[in-house]
Amino acid sequence: MNPFRYARADDAADAVALVTAGGTAAFLGGGTNLVDLMRETVARPDSLVDVSGLSDEITETDTGGLLIGAAVRNTALAGHLAVRTRYPLLSRAILGGASAQIRNMATVGGNILQRTRCTYFYDTAGSRCNKRDPGAGCDAIDGFNRIHAILDASPECVATNPSDMCVALAALDATVHIRSLGGARTIAFTDLHRTPGETPEYDTVLEPGDLIVAVELPALPFSAQSTYRKVRDRASYAFALVSVAAALDVQDGRVRDVRLALGGVAHRPWRAWKAEAALRGAPATAQSYRDAADAELADARPLSDNGFKIELARRTIVAVLTELAGPDGEAA
Amino acid sequence: MSIVDTAKSAAQGVVQGVMSKLVPLAPDSWIPGGTPDPLIRHQHGLIGTEVSRLDGPLKVRGAARFAAEVPLDNLTYAALVFSTIARGRIATLDTTAAEAAPGVVLVMTHRNAPQMNAPALFGTSATACGASNLPVMQDDSIHWNGQPVALVLAETQDQADHAASLIAVGYAAEPSVTAFADAKAKGKERGLFFGQPLENIVGDAEAALAKAPHSIDRTYRTPRHAHNAIEPHAATIAWDGDTLLLHDTTQMVSSEAATVADIFGIAADQVRVISPYVGGGFGAKGLWDHQILGAAAARVAGRPVRIALSREGVYRIVGGRTLTEQRVALGAEPDGRFTALIHDGTVAMTPHNNMPEPFILGTRSGYAADSFKLSVDTVTMNMMANTFMRAPGESVGTFALESAIDELADELGIDPIALRIRNEPTKDPLSGLPFSSRHLVAAWRAGAERFGWDARPAVPGSRREGEWLVGFGCAAATYPYYRMPGAAARITLTRDGEALIEVAAHEMGMGTTTTTAMVAAERLGLPIERITVRYGDSIIPGTIMAGGSQQTAAIGAAVIAAHRALVAELLKLAGNDSPLAGLSPDEVGSEDGGLTRIDDATRRESYASILGRAQRDTVVVAEQASPPLEQMHWSMHSYGAMFCEARVNAVTGETRIARFLGSFDTGRILNHKTARSQFRGGIIMGLGMALMEETQFDERNGRIMNPSLAEYHLPVHADVPDIDVIWTDIADPHTPMGAHGIGEIGITGVAAAVANAVHNATGRRVRDLPITLDKLL
Repeated sequence: MNPFRYARADDAADAVALVTAGGTAAFLGGGTNLVDLMRETVARPDSLVDVSGLSDEITETDTGGLLIGAAVRNTALAGHLAVRTRYPLLSRAILGGASAQIRNMATVGGNILQRTRCTYFYDTAGSRCNKRDPGAGCDAIDGFNRIHAILDASPECVATNPSDMCVALAALDATVHIRSLGGARTIAFTDLHRTPGETPEYDTVLEPGDLIVAVELPALPFSAQSTYRKVRDRASYAFALVSVAAALDVQDGRVRDVRLALGGVAHRPWRAWKAEAALRGAPATAQSYRDAADAELADARPLSDNGFKIELARRTIVAVLTELAGPDGEAA
Repeated sequence: MSIVDTAKSAAQGVVQGVMSKLVPLAPDSWIPGGTPDPLIRHQHGLIGTEVSRLDGPLKVRGAARFAAEVPLDNLTYAALVFSTIARGRIATLDTTAAEAAPGVVLVMTHRNAPQMNAPALFGTSATACGASNLPVMQDDSIHWNGQPVALVLAETQDQADHAASLIAVGYAAEPSVTAFADAKAKGKERGLFFGQPLENIVGDAEAALAKAPHSIDRTYRTPRHAHNAIEPHAATIAWDGDTLLLHDTTQMVSSEAATVADIFGIAADQVRVISPYVGGGFGAKGLWDHQILGAAAARVAGRPVRIALSREGVYRIVGGRTLTEQRVALGAEPDGRFTALIHDGTVAMTPHNNMPEPFILGTRSGYAADSFKLSVDTVTMNMMANTFMRAPGESVGTFALESAIDELADELGIDPIALRIRNEPTKDPLSGLPFSSRHLVAAWRAGAERFGWDARPAVPGSRREGEWLVGFGCAAATYPYYRMPGAAARITLTRDGEALIEVAAHEMGMGTTTTTAMVAAERLGLPIERITVRYGDSIIPGTIMAGGSQQTAAIGAAVIAAHRALVAELLKLAGNDSPLAGLSPDEVGSEDGGLTRIDDATRRESYASILGRAQRDTVVVAEQASPPLEQMHWSMHSYGAMFCEARVNAVTGETRIARFLGSFDTGRILNHKTARSQFRGGIIMGLGMALMEETQFDERNGRIMNPSLAEYHLPVHADVPDIDVIWTDIADPHTPMGAHGIGEIGITGVAAAVANAVHNATGRRVRDLPITLDKLL
């Protein structure tokens, strides 16, 4: 770990001012990813601006949604009554991630901004990584890539976003509230994370000095009928090989509306727009779910070790939708 | 050569010859264990009960001081820089920035490291314990990806870590072998295990296989496994002139002191290794580069050093279990009787170590067969020296053998337990020696009944509960009874009836000190509260390695010898005025705080009375254990029958273990509480081997890519089911206390039981560990 300075921000404006004051400052939330990366010298900020004391409230919005402060701890969000009853997929996604100790520390803003996961990215001493060192090359493409991306990877980077919470937020049409020197703005959550392309060093579209202050969930009546399923190599404390977040609205045997997102498959939480389009209006049957999954995964490209993810994602999508539709194809 | 030395050599496989012919033929009474240990008949003490670990409260309170916690004045902290190529030379080395960094005391590289002798390889002498025989930081050559190339000492650990990250190393790579296929293409050699070839041939097994009415011939693979003790390796090291004090976490205090002394060219008694608590060993807590480098840096800097490896550091410089590729072929008659048993294959090792993963060890005395062909071949790769890991050989060997037997049972349509019992040997199938104690069939029957084996789905893939396919599997477990030569014990008995037992043994969390106190209390006829056990210090006489599941037997035999010497000494002191006058040590035992004539309880005198009349406050005796000839006279092993219920998700391929039962035949169980934990711990480690453990060794450059507990998967609590443990509790009449060591057998057979259960659940046979979901989709 490199030496660094530490400051605690009083409010969002103060935080933005501190982090843009020069040098290579970074915002610090719970530190569960950033401090790890600093220990491995992947991240080398010269100062940290602690924003974990800011905006830790969850409030109802005028339009029936929820506004979640960026410093809300993951545990608090997962346990919030409104989240558990109205957005169970979000609560389940968070509880599927990390360990209780890490969830107690991790903040919503920090979880959203955790870096993609790849062992070559972490190996500063011995491996090449374009994300860590642009232009250096990628050792993962021909190396261990079992946990890597099958959708929208690039020759420069095949890493995956490891967050469970983000998969649920992508499904829920969340909005991210940003504060910067230029003022306040919002970004659709599904526009926040990037595909790697030729610049894998950028995980998101945020600019230096942009601070996530809150995440807004819109009202979505049928999201009470939603879930998150995570498939992994052990029962707890493992990143998703594939995960599925879904909410399903079935009326008269047909899919009236659906939200579907995948984790573990791409450089960003993957909103399954194509599958959703295929499902809307389709009969609520296993065949429809399979067709939708196929539509979404048609462009999937396997690497040497992760071809199984395509079939796994297909099966998991079908299983989750089948479960949500209930035994008679009727969502409650 | 004394008989003790000869026995030592023989037991180590250096000299077999004469002893191996004479000892099997000798009368039982000449052999240690020829007369059953009187404690086997004792049923009134603590042996065979539940005793909580004596060190438990210390550990719960954080008061047990581990090697990385020993406070020393003027301490410096070490950090290592590891190579990033597998073979070649250091071409450039820039330490300027590190030397200028805050708090740095010393930057040591091959340019300024003191001259040191290369470590002597494990087993090449009675005390040699080097994991590798490469010289440590003596030149610019690189032998594996991860080799230490620089060490930084600083005033704090953070300063040392930071400075280490500033060191720039450039390499001139040389051709290396880092792919298993390339290594095999370069040629194989027959493996040697402690000097003995890993090969057994009886009859013509290949011909018998070809002629057999039923046969299977399969290849099984197991990956590399990394050591992940909860306590990473660490040492706190200080020189006092030419005397070296090593506070270490080690399974071998005495051997390590001797080997380190050789490395620094000083006398063995100039090195003292102290290791009261070991936070998990599993075979990894031996002598690696970090203790040597820490001691060298302490000498150069003239200050004490703490060197505590990071988790990544453990992966880089402490070896693990190597990969294996095993063939098992079985030929059988229609009734299931084996006509051919072939178990051979290849493992990877290095040019600088001597540890072939000996996967045939458990096969050697597992089953009767008309013909055998067993062998282990080795190939060499440029990698870190692989080493012992819990049941080296048996853990991965039983996966292959016990999977193959399950496959044959399927082929024959015979219940897999019945097939095993049909091939139960009546004497050791290779050596012909009688078994000292073998009750595996009883373990099978008790286990099958308790597990409810009758309810096993008859047809694979036929039982489904929702998304989950349910299957039962079983496998035999086995591990030898070992007792290594060189053990000793010192007993100090005080007039007020307290005893200090000193053994150069180790407490790695399994309860050694507790069991030692229990056994000593019973042997000396004292309450356990009056026993103090001192251990984990190389200045205590004797050599007792915490390895090969042999510590309990070694300590037991040493205490037997020391107790006998104590009785003799006390009889001398008792003199002619004692009720014991005229009796020989063989006629006298310890009971109720004194000596009693064995066949006449009225002739007794208390320790207090004897010492008081002799005007002595203490009696001190030290004695070596008998040479472990019993291992050459009988075929001595522990056994187990493992049962698993696995659930495999039909959608995702995820395997979850619903329940597990281990039914063991491991002699008399001394402490039921610690034994149950140890069996369970072994089974949990076996579940990890079955389902998730795999070191990601990048075959392009020999670099380990998952050196962390986030990426190297071990079972978490949610992966561990209800684990039931039962045992036959039948004493082995030929071992101290009738007991066997039980540290390793728990891991054996587990992976096969899981794989067999997965097959029963799904109809899919996975022969390539770990059984991850992609192999079942």
